[in-house]
Parts: sequence; structure tokens; C-alpha cells
Amino acid sequence: MSYSNPTTTPRKSATFDDYTLSEIRRAAATGIYDIRGGGTKRKVPHFDDLLFLGASISRYPLEGYRERCNTSVTLGTRFARKPIELKIPITIAGMSFGALSGPAKEALGRGASIAGTSTTTGDGGMTEEERGHSELLVYQVLPSRYGMNPRDLRRADAIEVVIGQGAKPGGGGMLLGQKISDRVAEMRTLPKGIDQRSACRHPDWTGPDDLEIKIGELREITDWEKPIYVKVGGARPYYDTALAVKAGADVVVLDGMQGGTAATQEVFIEHVGMPTLACIRPAVQALQDLGMHRKVQLIISGGIRNGADVAKALALGADAVSIGTAAMVAIGDNDPRWEADYNALGTTAGAYDDWHEGKDPAGITTQDPALSARVDPVAAGRRLANYLKVMTLEAQTIARACGKNDLHNLEPEDLCALTIEASAMAGVPLAGTSWIPGKTGF
Amino acid sequence: MPTFDLATTTLRSLNQALHDVAADSTDHFEVKNPRGSHALAAGVAAPVSVEIHGSTGYYCAGMNDGGTITVHGSAGPGVAENMMSGTVVIEGDASQYAGATGRGGLLVIKGNASSRCGISMKGIDIVVGGNIGHMSAFMAQSGNLVVLGDAGDSLGDSLYEARLFVRGSVKSLGADCIEKEMRPEHLALLETLLAKAGITGVAAAEFKRYGSARKLYNFNIDNAAAY
Repeated sequence: MSYSNPTTTPRKSATFDDYTLSEIRRAAATGIYDIRGGGTKRKVPHFDDLLFLGASISRYPLEGYRERCNTSVTLGTRFARKPIELKIPITIAGMSFGALSGPAKEALGRGASIAGTSTTTGDGGMTEEERGHSELLVYQVLPSRYGMNPRDLRRADAIEVVIGQGAKPGGGGMLLGQKISDRVAEMRTLPKGIDQRSACRHPDWTGPDDLEIKIGELREITDWEKPIYVKVGGARPYYDTALAVKAGADVVVLDGMQGGTAATQEVFIEHVGMPTLACIRPAVQALQDLGMHRKVQLIISGGIRNGADVAKALALGADAVSIGTAAMVAIGDNDPRWEADYNALGTTAGAYDDWHEGKDPAGITTQDPALSARVDPVAAGRRLANYLKVMTLEAQTIARACGKNDLHNLEPEDLCALTIEASAMAGVPLAGTSWIPGKTGF
Repeated sequence: MPTFDLATTTLRSLNQALHDVAADSTDHFEVKNPRGSHALAAGVAAPVSVEIHGSTGYYCAGMNDGGTITVHGSAGPGVAENMMSGTVVIEGDASQYAGATGRGGLLVIKGNASSRCGISMKGIDIVVGGNIGHMSAFMAQSGNLVVLGDAGDSLGDSLYEARLFVRGSVKSLGADCIEKEMRPEHLALLETLLAKAGITGVAAAEFKRYGSARKLYNFNIDNAAAY
């Protein structure tokens, strides 16, 4: 009888895991970096790592269905002659026509309008679908200036100068040939079918001093009526916020790395920029140091999913939040009803992120007329409105439990953190202690 | 003939007056002592004429849509940025980003233009009497850039369908920009542009034409070194 060593269970590397191996094989086979849509998919410290403390002997709650809890917010109170009033502190983030289909843009406008909030254009100009169906529309001024014109600037309700976004701080837009249809090509003054890579820097200014002059020009062109937002990705939130204020912004929009993009390199999405949670307190600190908290409004985006996330962002000092990915899901993105179609594309509902390919079974991230027709703008708009209202009710539920009659009265003192990382990033004590790493106690 | 002396009147009142005219107004405005103000005559949206006596700061005639704006002096960065239509004439020199992202209309710079002239242009015609700086017509999408003098480094880098005509030397061409044949239709176009800009005594045949090789329009890993 010969002896044989017992074998060990096959073990895969934690470093070279299945996804990593598949990416190496994909890169070797294709010779191009992986491009996809969405935000970071890795797990990062987030709002789930925070908890509200609720009421106790020293804090009394408000009656859930009887006592008012205000949700409205006014944006652009610093300089704009016509600030905009939102009924809820949740806006729809910029997503371009081109990246999204016409019906999807219309649905976003309809849903936002029912809920009393704003929607935003994107890197492709303003379409009639979104202007016509959005009571409040924010017009983005992007480095590419695709579709930029003074007529649309004047018929916008607010202007957003985009410096960066959370998925790719330092990167420009990308729209591959499959989605450059005749209409998209005409709006962007581009040849049909090319792989469009937008500029990452603005063509006519560099640096904060120039930005101040640029904002001045936009104000002059619009006779100082419109609130002017400055949107930055989560890179250096303290300084970016301070510089945006210095440059004359009415509103700072700060987008963390969970914020989505229509198409960008996977390596960019996953390895550049900071989590949303890590961005808020430095930005609020900058506003407070300048005496501008609540005077210049702060909108936080990147991974907002429910009313708890809204309440937490506001408690940390934001004036409002913005949603992109969640709004897309509400109107039908990645819906399991299209599972067979997702399977045919080699993926599954919930994981589909090849938005740049223009084959979206849900009809949202595509310019294909047959697929786009799968979005019923009226029904999808209603779904978005429902979702926005649920989020608002959830945030109010939490605020009342914390004894607040306005969502904006939530404060860091209402929070504790479940992890040391979240405690350090959010600047609230680790649950059960008085410890904020780097700041207090033991 | 409204006259605005910016030594005694605010920029805001000038721009508001320019915006308040009727859509078909052909009123004539005079501006004295511009003193390098930014956003001078920005957002004009009627066929008015504006004569500015002196030099301007950033974004003079920004987003002009129909106006005829003349600067009797030099212009700072971003003159006539994103112009839609109309005419802007700079009697002196222009700083960086002249005509950036312009969609239409005619920008004439009688002197020199600095770097990034015509960056990301989207339909505007730009005629420069002197030289232009580096990275001009970067990512230029559409329209025509005519240069009577020389062009700096990296002319037309990553350009799309804009046409570039240079009479003098080109220090270097940017990625995907190549010299192209000057066919009869290009000579005719160039003659029209020179005439519109009021330039005489210069023959279209003295220019060379540059445009996109279109090799970077769709991604190919073997072109990665070009970026």
C-alpha cells in the first residue's frame, strides 16, 4: 500500500480573484482598457456606517403624522436675482441626452417636476424633452461645451459649471460611436459614429481666478438672474469648496466616487476620487470657516439611495442631495423584467454597466429607437416621483424621531458611527464612545 | 447713439442696455474707457453694433448672437467665446482662447492671437492677420481658421472637421492633424473668408490647408502613442 499526501482544497488568490483574472484576460484579448458606466463598485465607507441616535430623555421627538417637518430648500440665495425653490432637498443630477435616451430624459423631467424638484442637463446640450417637462432645469456648462448656447442659458432656471464629477475627477466625458446617432452628432457638432472623448479642462479658463471671471461672464449674459452652481468631484473637498465660494458660486455641488458616469475607464472609476462620506465634512468646514454655511448651499451626491442617506447627508451639513443612479433605477434601469435580454448580453439585471454600448435592454442608456421605446416617459416619471416622495418621507421620519421640524435642523450630534473609518470621515463619534479618530478623546 | 463711458458708468448698465434692445434692433453703441473690463458686451442677442474704444479684459463679446462688435484696442482671453452669429473685429491683438467653442459668425483679429486660438471651435470663422500661438484649433470641430502669419506648436491637435488655412509657417502639427490638398472649393472658400474679413492684397493660393487625418476618430490601441 503506497502512501499519498492528502490534497488541499483548491484555493483561489484573494489578490488575483476571479474578477481580476477575467480583466487580465479581457485586456490581453482586446488591447483596450475596460470602459463602463456607473460609479465605484467596490465597498467603501458610506452612509450605512452611520446611525441616528433618535430621541431620548434629553431630546424629545415630534409626532410622526401630526407635526410638520419642513423639507423645502432655496438654492442660489447668495447672488442670484431668481433663486430656485425646491419642495424637497433631492435633485436629479446631470445626465446627458446622448448618454440617456430622449424618453428617459423626459421621464426624469416629469418625475422631478411632480415631486417639486429640479433636473439637470448633461454633456450634450438641452433638449426640448427635458426643458418641456422640467419645471426647474439646471443647465450644465461643461468643458466640451457641446450644445452650449446663450438661448438655452437664458431659458434655464440655474447654471451649473462642471469642473469634475465623482466617478472621474480629472476626466472628461466619453461617448462611443455606437451612441453618436444623427441627432446626437448634430447637437454636439461631431461626425456620426466617432468615439467622442470630451475635453477634461474648460477651453477658456484655468484656475480659480479665471473661474471667478467666467462666472462673472455667465452672470452678465443672464443679467444676474440665475443661480450659478459649481460642481466638483470628490478630490480635495475643503479647498475645492473654498475656491468655488471664492470664485462666486451660489451653490457647490460635490460628487463622491459612488457617483455614476455614462462611460469611463474602469480604472478611473475605481481608483480616482474619494468616497462621498469623506467629502462632506471638509466641504462643510470650508463653508463654516468662510462664514458661508447655508449662504452658499451645498449639494452632495454619489451613492444616495434612500431617505436615511438623505437625512445623513443633511445632518453632516449638506443643504440638499442629488441622485443619478438611483433615479435611473427608479425609471427602470437594470430591472429584472429584462433578465433574458441582460443574459443575452452576458450579464444580469443589477450588474449591467456597459451603458456605452448603447444596447441597454431597459431603453435608458441607449439611442436605439426600439429600445428607447421601452421607456414610457409618463409611467416612468410617475415612478421617479413616487420614489422621491418615499425618500422624503423616510428622511422626515428620521428627522422627527430626532426631534427636528426641518430636515436642515439635523446635525452631526444626531449621529454615531459603526466603524472607525466612518467615524473619522464623518467626524461623528464611534458608537458607544466619545471618540472621533484624530479629534477627540482616547 | 447711446454712449457708455465705463469710467463713470458700470459694466452692468452697459450690458443690461445691450440686452434690453428689441430683437431686431440695429442701434449703435459706443463704449469709452473700457479699461480692461471683463465680459464687455457679453450676451448680445440683436443685430446692434458696438464700438469699444480701448482694450478689453476676458470674454469680450462672449456668446455674441448677431451683434457687430469692434474693439479699437486689444482683447483679453476668450474674446467672442461661444459666438453664435454676428461679427467681432479686434483691431489689435487677442489673448488666449480667442473664439473658443464658437458656433458661428466671424471673428477677425487684425493683430496676433495667442495660444489656443479657436480651441474647440464648432462652426465659427476666425481670420487672424498676424500669428497664432501654440495648441490653436485644439479639438476644433467645425468652422474655418485662417491665419495670415505663422502658427505655433501643435496646430490642430485632435481636431475633428474644422478647416485650417495658414499662410506662413507652422511650427508643428498636433496629433492627427495633417496638411491637405488645397482644392478649388477650398480656394473659393478662402477667398470668401478673406473678403468677409476685409483683407485685400493676399491671394488664397499663398495658403496651405490643414485638417484631420481622421485616424483617431475611433479607438485603436496601436494609435495609443499618438496621445
